[in-house]
This record gives sequence, C-alpha cells and structure tokens, in this order.
Amino acid sequence: MANCQASPANNVNLAVEIAGLRMKNPMLTASGTFGFGEEFADFIDLEKLGGFIVKGTTLEPREGNPYPRMAETPSGMLNAVGLQNKGVDHFISDIYPRLKGLDTNVLVNVSGAKIEDYVAVAEKLAQLDGIPAIEVNISCPNVKKGGMAFGTTTDGAEAVTSAIRKAWPKTLIVKLSPNVTSIADIAKAVEGAGADSVSLINTLMGMAVDVERRRPCLSTVTGGLSGAAVRPVAVRMVWQASKAVNIPVIGLGGISSGRDAIEFMLAGARAVQIGTANFIDPQVTVKAIDWMEDWCRRHGVADINEIVGEI
Amino acid sequence: MGKKQIFNATLTAIRALSERYSMLTLSLPATVGDMEVLPGQFVEIRVADSPSTYLRRPISICDYDAASRVMTLLIRRAGEGTEHLCDLPEGSALDIVGPLGNGFSIPAPGSTALLAGGGIGVAPLMLLGKKMKQQGVTPCFLLGARTASEILLAKEFAAIGEVAISTDDGTAGEKGYAADNSVLGRHYDLVCTCGPKPMMAGIAHKARANGSPCEVSLENLMACGLGACLCCVEPTLKGNLRACVEGPVFDTGMLLWEI
Repeated sequence: MANCQASPANNVNLAVEIAGLRMKNPMLTASGTFGFGEEFADFIDLEKLGGFIVKGTTLEPREGNPYPRMAETPSGMLNAVGLQNKGVDHFISDIYPRLKGLDTNVLVNVSGAKIEDYVAVAEKLAQLDGIPAIEVNISCPNVKKGGMAFGTTTDGAEAVTSAIRKAWPKTLIVKLSPNVTSIADIAKAVEGAGADSVSLINTLMGMAVDVERRRPCLSTVTGGLSGAAVRPVAVRMVWQASKAVNIPVIGLGGISSGRDAIEFMLAGARAVQIGTANFIDPQVTVKAIDWMEDWCRRHGVADINEIVGEI
Repeated sequence: MGKKQIFNATLTAIRALSERYSMLTLSLPATVGDMEVLPGQFVEIRVADSPSTYLRRPISICDYDAASRVMTLLIRRAGEGTEHLCDLPEGSALDIVGPLGNGFSIPAPGSTALLAGGGIGVAPLMLLGKKMKQQGVTPCFLLGARTASEILLAKEFAAIGEVAISTDDGTAGEKGYAADNSVLGRHYDLVCTCGPKPMMAGIAHKARANGSPCEVSLENLMACGLGACLCCVEPTLKGNLRACVEGPVFDTGMLLWEI
C-alpha cells in the first residue's frame, strides 16, 4: 500500500484536495455549527483547520423558525433553526472582510427556496476573491414543488446543481440529504449535473415529544437529527455514495473525534466535517487533526490520501 | 466581554440547600488568569458519565472571587444532567466553558436597585448584588419560591442588602407571587430579575408601572452556548437575538413581551 513508510523522521502528509480546493488537512467544520468561525477563535487557532463552512446563506435575510428550535436526544440533538441568517449581501459587506485574510479555506453554504435564489447567491459570491468553494444545501424545501426538498429526487437535485454550475466557476460541493431511498442515485445525478464534490450527510428528519407538556419539543414538530447517534447511517451513506461516483466525497454526520474522521475516510471520504461535536468540545477539531496524524504514524501511513475508500 | 475559556475546575465542596437545590463550590485553575466574570453570565458544564445527556448544561454563575478563583454555582435538580451534577462527589473535576453571555447593567453610584429572583433564578443575583454594593448602588433583594424551604441563601443576601420574601403558601414572607410583593410598589433606578418567565413578566409589568427600567435574564434552551447554533434565540425589536451572546440579560424594552 504505502511506498514510503512514515517514521519519526518523516512528516505525515495530511493535505488533501477536493477538485482544486487545497486543504492543509481533511478537517472542515459543518455549516450551522461554527457560526462565522469567530465564535470559536477563543478556543482554537482557526488557521489550523483545513477550512470552515459558513452557515447557510440565503438571498434575502431570514428570521428562521420560532423558538423552541432544539431538543436533546440520546447521543444527539434535533434542530429546527430554519436557516436564520442576515442574507448574502450582509455576508459580503460585513462578514467576508473579516474572514478573507485567514490562512484557511472559508467556504460558504448556500441555501434557497427556489433555484433562481440559489443562482443569485452564487453569482454574488463569485465576485469575491477569497471564497474558493461553495457548498450547496439541497435539503431546503422547494417552494415551487409544494415544499418537497430539492435533494429528495434526482430531478430536483440535478436541476439545482446544473443551474448553479453555470453561475459558479470554482469548486462546487453539493450537500446531500440522507432522507432518500438511494443516496447513490442522488450522488450520481448531482455528479452528472456538474458538481465537483458531494458532502453528506445533512441531518436526518426526526421528532421528539415533551411528555409533561404533551406537545412536540420543536416549534416545527419535526427537525433535523445530528450528533453521534447518526454516525452509522452517515458512514453507510458515505460508503455507498463514494462507490457510486468518481468525484470526491466529503463525509459528515456525528463525527466527534479523530477516530471517527478516519472511519469516514476509510469508508470513502476524502475530507470530513465536524458539526454538533463542536458544541460539546469547542476544541474537538484540532484534537481530531492531531489524533489523525498520530494514527497515520501508528499505521505507517505516509500520506492520508492513501486510506480514502480503503473499505 | 472577556475571552471565553475552557478549563477543568475542581469541585471543592458540594452542599444540598434543600431536596431540589445544591450549591457547588469550584476552584478554578491558575490558567484562567484574571478572568473577569460579569454578574449574569453563565458557564456550560460537560456532564460526563451520564448516558442520557449529550450537550453541556448552561448554569448561571452565582458568585466568583477573582483573587481566590473560587466560583459558586447553584443547581436545581431539573433532569438527568442536573441530577448528575448535584450528586457529584467532592474532588470531582468539572469540564467548563465560560464565562458566557452578557451581564446585568449596574447603575450609577447612589442609585437604588431591586434584584428579584424566583427559585433557582436567585443564583446570578448574588454576584450582582455584591458588585452593585461595591460600586455604591443600594441593592434590595426580592426572593420568591413556592415554600419557605425553597427560598435560597436568604441570610447571605441579607448580608448585602434588604431582603423581601414571597412564598406561594405563605410559609415565609408575604403570601403570594413575587410579582405581588409590596416591595415592588416603589420606583427603583433599575430592576433586575431572573426566574420563571411568568414571574419575570409580572415583575417587569410592575417595574414599568413605576417607571423603573427593567432587565430580565432568559433561560432559553441552548445547544452550544457560544453563539454558533442559533437555537436559543429570543424575538426582539432587532429580530431574533441569541440568549447566549446578546443575552441572557435583555432590557424588557427590547423584548416583544406584553407587559
């Protein structure tokens, strides 16, 4: 397998590339869990990350869903935040200037309710020098199709991807919904429509009931499940998707440690994202990077790219 | 607000104040340096070894002495996480993130203030009362609970300022809701309140009637406590704001409450 065994004298190479997006290591943070990065600056050196993904940005500002927006569940949590954000124009004028100088990749997650909105956001972000990639959230409900999420059908996923492909010349990552029958079919449709990479999984649809108040815990009744509980589903889907497409896969879903990150890479991910685990340990990302490097040494892996899709 | 930190504190003492409430005394490590705690801020505590808890628990800082680095927390047994914290043995290490959030305002020297707490809501009023007194403000405390045994730290508050009490069953102080206590019949330069939402709304209403500015401390459900996840938002005149960054203390004039 490895041509060159890692030894104490050699450095392990952790750098990976996702279709032109060069990352110093495979570690990204998931959108919606890391704010604009600044929220975590007191705990970690942001420049140690392979990159971070800014929370879901829409064309117009959104207030999001009513409170309550979260419920703790066994080894996880449900959220129904509803994409609260101040819109792409605010991101460009107020946030981007603070982030563009950082020595790490700053990616923007793009969300929308109709295809034209996604495209408009992509066009605006394409004017900026410092954003090397966008991640398109296709778990959003398509208001023109009765609120069914774009990413639940191959047609919907394909339509959004090909429209944005025309507007975004740099690395295009499409974030897949796991609430589908065949993740491989969705991944293939998105690859066929021109995506450079797919990231998965987004949250699983779930629900919780407050038995004392005798009502749903979330204002929206259902919400997205994340955290360690979803990890086996995410690993399975990463494995299935990576077997189905040639484009690189970014894995996320319950990653809480370096061990978990390696699991996802062995299953087929070339890069990973940590999301919910940041809430429990704001330093989890840098600890995971160090653990992964140590794992490579222990296993005689000189270049972490060797292990991608080993399973 | 100062830098947020993550550190291990040692539980040097734990005392049950009643069946449902415990007081935890923590010794913080020297690495926290001259950490500044604003009255009203909170910490997020990791609950280890509790299988059904996943996220940290947000707990108000009751008191903090910077010179000795001793922090006091009051915890109410509300669920698995807090039960676990209240049962910890002395000497336990606690993984803590903080201090988080904003603090109550402290009015100018010579001002009067009413600090009203319901149940566990009295917790942040200890540090607030002490800081106010240090800065030449006269704090008056209003403590409310269902029954006498749930009135917390009355003696300790009495060492700082005047204390008025309300209990639902009349076993201590005035019988009835805290918001109906006679001490609310006068103007204060600032009213600060923390406790169940209906109690705070009642206090805020009385404050408004007397032309007193009022600040409340919200207990919205939080996932991260760091301002990243946007779960803990409260609707305000400026849109949905985060109870963990723009709060937990809010001026009632900003909120959309009907008071």
